[in-house]
Amino acid sequence: MTEPRKEPGAGPLRVVVDLNRCQGYAQCCYAAPEHFELRGHEVLFYDPTPPAGKQAEIARAVQACPVRAISFDMGSVS
Amino acid sequence: MSPDEPGIVVVGASLAGLRGAEALRRGGYAGPLTLVGDEPHAPYDRPPLSKHVLAGELRPDATALPHLADLDATWRLGQPAVGLDRSARVLRLADGVELRYEKLLIATGAQARPWPVTDGSGPLPSGIHTLRSRDDAAALRIALAAGPKRVLIVGGGLIGCEAASCCRDLGLAVTLADPNPTPLARILGSLIGSVIVSCMNTAGVDFRPGTHVEAFEADASGRVCRARLKDGAAIETDCVIVALGATRDTSWLAEAGLNADAGGLTCDSACRALDSEGRPAPGLYAAGDVARCPSPFYGGRLVAFEHWGNAVAQAGHAARNMLANDDDQRAYRHLPSFWSSQFGINIKGVGLADGADAVAVVQGSRASRRFLAVYGREGRAIAAISFDQARWLPAYAERIEAGAAFPPILGATDQSIKDFGAPDFPEPRSR
Ligand SMILES: Cc1cc2nc3c(=O)[nH]c(=O)nc-3n(C[C@H](O)[C@H](O)[C@H](O)COP(=O)(O)OP(=O)(O)OC[C@H]3O[C@@H](n4cnc5c(N)ncnc54)[C@H](O)[C@@H]3O)c2cc1C
Ligand code: SF4
Repeated sequence: MTEPRKEPGAGPLRVVVDLNRCQGYAQCCYAAPEHFELRGHEVLFYDPTPPAGKQAEIARAVQACPVRAISFDMGSVS
Repeated sequence: MSPDEPGIVVVGASLAGLRGAEALRRGGYAGPLTLVGDEPHAPYDRPPLSKHVLAGELRPDATALPHLADLDATWRLGQPAVGLDRSARVLRLADGVELRYEKLLIATGAQARPWPVTDGSGPLPSGIHTLRSRDDAAALRIALAAGPKRVLIVGGGLIGCEAASCCRDLGLAVTLADPNPTPLARILGSLIGSVIVSCMNTAGVDFRPGTHVEAFEADASGRVCRARLKDGAAIETDCVIVALGATRDTSWLAEAGLNADAGGLTCDSACRALDSEGRPAPGLYAAGDVARCPSPFYGGRLVAFEHWGNAVAQAGHAARNMLANDDDQRAYRHLPSFWSSQFGINIKGVGLADGADAVAVVQGSRASRRFLAVYGREGRAIAAISFDQARWLPAYAERIEAGAAFPPILGATDQSIKDFGAPDFPEPRSR
């Protein structure tokens, strides 16, 4: 039995984007250019596991998204 | 709360299971909560597996899902549920543990449809893959990184097309074989599927329409070396991806007296699992790919959607009903939606297009590979698909939800529809 423990800051962050909701506005890409990238006309590529120290940038991207498509948490060790 | 109160158990610890558990907590449920999952991994996201993971841009273990509420749950991972005793309200796990439950959320999803092994055909050669889990993606990624001479993809559904796109990004020779005239023929019809054919031609995918793969041959080491086709021809290949869609493994429910088979677990509109008599089974709910529910937008037709957005929305809805009284069980009204990315194009769809009798390109053009097309049936708009035109989609989704006439006219836009025709769906599958 494994238990995904929550230890804020212990592992990378975990990010997911609801790509149904995403409209390709690219605001996240300006807010956190290392972790969100728009390819072609409107394919969003994002980093689902940014390093623990990048919380402020990811939070900025979350705030910048006009359709609130981005979610993240602080990760866990397992 | 007494410590031995059975509480709520969620079976299937993936997208629907996790989001359902979170919705229970957000809805105020404070009792014991257990998540049971047969995979050893914490819940992770599958869509990137057939895209960035195969392409080598993300590690297979990089897609763990964030937890969006404090779960305070007991996790039993790496443990399949193997049986359900509804009268005693007990769930049996493979290791013999019996979990009592007050309410159960079934979110066991789907599995990749395996290559059918028939009697006398011998063991399957090595080098034949399917793609559903993180472990599948890791194995396939290793196989692709080894530089196979030619990848053969059997089946031109969403996952087969995405895999073909990745193979070309990696510079690998790839053949995609499908019995239909175009890829995505079952979900979009061949009129729209023809755009994918042109993308494949440009990208250098060897697309073989009307092609039935019958069997695989192995070399002396037991590795796949050739696929035999129904017409007697053959395709030389040393790496095969079987992408024939999904089935539901509901065999663990066989003795439970429910309405479950490889097509899903039948539910009522409130996401309650139905027993073999068609009555809601007390305390039993289902959500995600496994749940086959009546869809209000399609005449109550029973459908098990296989899309990310449905898993999230339905899990939230089922959780809401699990916490509500019997006389407050609300119907799930969800217009399905999905996305895919392949050949650099963002494809998004809403509604169920199969069953349409007409399709009209209402924005852009197929030739430019940037367009929005609407599907109609008996004069009503029932679905829409966009290729790199996502911004238009919500407006059409609203029309579809409202049951608007086909083709729907959107206020300010100048629509002169030149591209209009039969969607050209294949005959329904016989099996
Ligand atoms: C490669 C791939 C790419 C995809 N891409 C997209 C996309 O681009 N867009 C989109 O909209 N959708 C996409 N999807 C679909 C989307 O991922 C699914 O709809 C979603 O995962 C469904 O979630 P679920 O929780 O219902 O089922 P699943 O994710 O299948 O999870 C079910 C879980 O239950 C477990 N389980 C099964 N049986 C038992 C048992 N007896 N006991 C315990 N646990 C059990 C399974 O192992 C699994 O972990 C994709 C799917 C795949 C496989
Ligand atoms: S800001 Fe939001 S809508 Fe825009 S690309 Fe990023 S996730 Fe998508």
